[in-house]
Amino acid sequence: MTDKVTNDFSITVGTENGSGSQTSNLTILRALFKMGVPVSGKNMFPSNIQGLPTWYTIRLSKDGYTARRDEHEIVVAMNAKSFERDLKDVLPGGVFFYNDAIKMPIERDDITAYPMAVKQIIKESGISSNLRTMVSNMVYVGVVAQMLGIEIEKIKMALDFHFKGKEKPVSINMTVIEASAKWAAENLEKTDKFFVEPMDKTDGLIMADGNAAAALGSIYGGVQVVGWYPITPATSLVEKMNAYLPKLRTGKDGKATYAIVQAEDELAAVGITIGGAWSGARSMTSTSGAGISLMGEFAGLAYFAEVPIVIWNIQRMGPSTGLPTRTSQGDLNQAVYLGHGDTKHIVLLPGSASECFEFGWKAFDLAERMQTPIFVLSDLDLGQNQWISEPFKYPDIPMDRGKVLWEDDFEAFEAKNGDWGRYKDVDGDGIPYRTVAGNRRVGSSYFARGTGHDAYANYSEDPDIWMEGMNRLNTKYKTAQQYVPDAIVDNMDGASVGIIAYGSTDPAIAEARDLLEAEGLKTNYLRLRALPITDTVREFIKENDVIFVVEMNHDGQLREILSVETPAESTKLISSTLNNGLSLTAGWIRDDILAKKEI
Amino acid sequence: MAATNKIGLEKGDYKGAPTTLCQGCGHNSILSQIIAACYEMNMAPEDIVKFSGIGCSSKAPTYMLDRSFGFNGLHGRMPAIATGAMLGDTTLTGIAMSGDGDSVSIGMGQFKHAMRRNISMLYIIANNGTYGLTKGQLSATSEVGLTLKKQATNALQPIDICVEAMASNATFVARSFAGDPKQVKTLIKAALRHNGTAILDIISPCVTFNNADSSYHSYGWGRENKNPIHDLSFIPARDEIMIEDYEEGTMQDVAMHDGSVIRLKKLERDYDPTNRMAAVQILEESSANKQLLTGLIYIDPNRPSFVNTLDLSETPLNRMTDEELRPGPETINDINVAMF
Repeated sequence: MTDKVTNDFSITVGTENGSGSQTSNLTILRALFKMGVPVSGKNMFPSNIQGLPTWYTIRLSKDGYTARRDEHEIVVAMNAKSFERDLKDVLPGGVFFYNDAIKMPIERDDITAYPMAVKQIIKESGISSNLRTMVSNMVYVGVVAQMLGIEIEKIKMALDFHFKGKEKPVSINMTVIEASAKWAAENLEKTDKFFVEPMDKTDGLIMADGNAAAALGSIYGGVQVVGWYPITPATSLVEKMNAYLPKLRTGKDGKATYAIVQAEDELAAVGITIGGAWSGARSMTSTSGAGISLMGEFAGLAYFAEVPIVIWNIQRMGPSTGLPTRTSQGDLNQAVYLGHGDTKHIVLLPGSASECFEFGWKAFDLAERMQTPIFVLSDLDLGQNQWISEPFKYPDIPMDRGKVLWEDDFEAFEAKNGDWGRYKDVDGDGIPYRTVAGNRRVGSSYFARGTGHDAYANYSEDPDIWMEGMNRLNTKYKTAQQYVPDAIVDNMDGASVGIIAYGSTDPAIAEARDLLEAEGLKTNYLRLRALPITDTVREFIKENDVIFVVEMNHDGQLREILSVETPAESTKLISSTLNNGLSLTAGWIRDDILAKKEI
Repeated sequence: MAATNKIGLEKGDYKGAPTTLCQGCGHNSILSQIIAACYEMNMAPEDIVKFSGIGCSSKAPTYMLDRSFGFNGLHGRMPAIATGAMLGDTTLTGIAMSGDGDSVSIGMGQFKHAMRRNISMLYIIANNGTYGLTKGQLSATSEVGLTLKKQATNALQPIDICVEAMASNATFVARSFAGDPKQVKTLIKAALRHNGTAILDIISPCVTFNNADSSYHSYGWGRENKNPIHDLSFIPARDEIMIEDYEEGTMQDVAMHDGSVIRLKKLERDYDPTNRMAAVQILEESSANKQLLTGLIYIDPNRPSFVNTLDLSETPLNRMTDEELRPGPETINDINVAMF
């Protein structure tokens, strides 16, 4: 055996979509997490309910790198349809576990191949025949655990979690896993070099997907009205909300303090959201792909009528229906400019599961403070995959309901400022004072509209009044800079090359910077967390000689936006983009930056 | 001194901005009846919220109830905004004003889904069979054979708003004629007390583009062909219900959710508006006979409204405190544990 490789390799499992393999894969992932090994799991699934090949890659990294890798040291082949490809994918010196029912040639002598007697193990485990198909994917859990050294009790903990402590499914699955491990111990001789050993690198961390985090963050942000329509990969966000709301947000009278409405389409979904927000409830929607395009008309209305809503976009690959089960950062430009006419939106860009939680509640504060739609751009990778994360932190500041006037506030406002107008800029920050439907104070009402209006919300076609209104909206957008989450900068001593990135690429950037440093290139890194940009971003662009803007879209959308915002420095901004549906790898980022650095 | 109602308001307190609709527009007549109904029912304008989409019908709410909040939304998308807003504050009474273009062309989906959810509000469709604001195009309710200036003769079958409402399981379906203000007002009063979506299809002539006597949406045709199914009166809750002397089988009282009563006096035929099959049949018959059937076509006072279905808290969502909205700090640890 060559040198041992411990906690630093990837395992890819090829199965059939709809065969229940997700439980097996998550069980391995969670068991490794409980062993203290930094791990990440990436699901590569087709837009299909049942039958097509699907892959799941688990990366173990003793150094804490959790980005996707292209290389697979260990491959588990459970699906005859993808067997040939799976076999080819194993790195030289790697390991190939396969279901021995697949009778296909293995013509590679540079890898270790282990057959798994799936049918026999299941049969001998004594599981009743009607359950056998369901649990067959547990065989590779047991075999892989035995051959690599994944602790069985950690697997049990993962299953307990998955089945929420229900004894029967846990015991059925554990029976198969234990039988498989035993079979492997008795029948397979370890000749490969890969090992799992316990570490302490996940202490104090949690494992979560961005959609669950966003759902919970929204709940802690006091979400009340949700209009939504099912669409991959955004659906699980509202489903998670439905799961947690009854426990966390049932009122004193035993009734709901929230209304979740599955609408007839995305137009109605965001329309319901706008209605809720207009009458003073904290309101949001969550969508993706075509859904966000359908919301365009309403986004313009909410912008112009100044209704505080939150729109989560769990980005998937477009244009059009695109690749519904692949990730992308292709909607940035659309989010900023969604709507006809001059429209500029505030966009939040969470980069981790814990940040999805944090922006979940912050987005409501920001929406109500700024009285405008807030777009939160997550993506399929961040939203649906499991990520190691800091625990969710309870909001450290009270809710900010912004400049809203109820009956008593209204009287105080009038006493101080004279007459009230819905769109009157009293404070010079572009943010007017709003009342909401339900305010019983005579004179507090107004007629909201998407048509031209004056400071008192009266219909107006006057050119000067129109300009005044648009200028105020611009002032308001500038004011937003002081409220949005600032960018996070991490500099290296002596570096003059910058990287700007956002969202789910964060782990890949962190790893790429280490790879680049090993090549002799030190980098500074700015992780953008919101638009409009702040002075932090302008300073960073000024301070670096050249800045690579790394993103997962074809056109370099953030680079375009930054060029417009910092025209004098725009030649320093170099686009580094890849948009193929897969999350970026550190290796690709390193290679692209090194190649473009030379030019 | 002007007369006041029981809450001390004058009729003028229910007024809106001066109308910019055409002189004689049916919509103006509807607005007057809404104002009269709200005044007579002693409703505070602050307890009412107005919604509309886009079109002449949807401009109309500007010209009434100035003291109420209102939202003039997007073309065909009023029901969604209304749904959200009515969930945001369940203590408000919703009055939605739409038109045939707004509700049965661009907004057909939202119109039908509003009824499916049964959100509580009065939903008026001021139906004039034409697109007025874009200057006289044919609409989805224009009858076959209708010829409008600069337009071809309509060859397509019209959509019957009440039939669509029945098909969508609406719980309150009525049709009236802007030229019959008394019936319009009575139906508005009943609709305002309905616990669910109350659809009011009001033939509201467009005097500028579609008012030839031969047109089904004209004043002339309406006066000639209107055919009320019953004589209606509305008795608000808490008012004493007078026992009238009536002949057996000539009167029916429908009790509403809040204790109000709709009293139906028989005219030419026996008609029970709580009978779904009868409603569907009478709509088909009147359409075949080219009659403008008016009155309360269908009512189900007992189906839960959307707010009931969602089991929403008694405290309106928009009045909840931060403490009610944000789970306490003691809950966060369990959440993190639940993440694994």
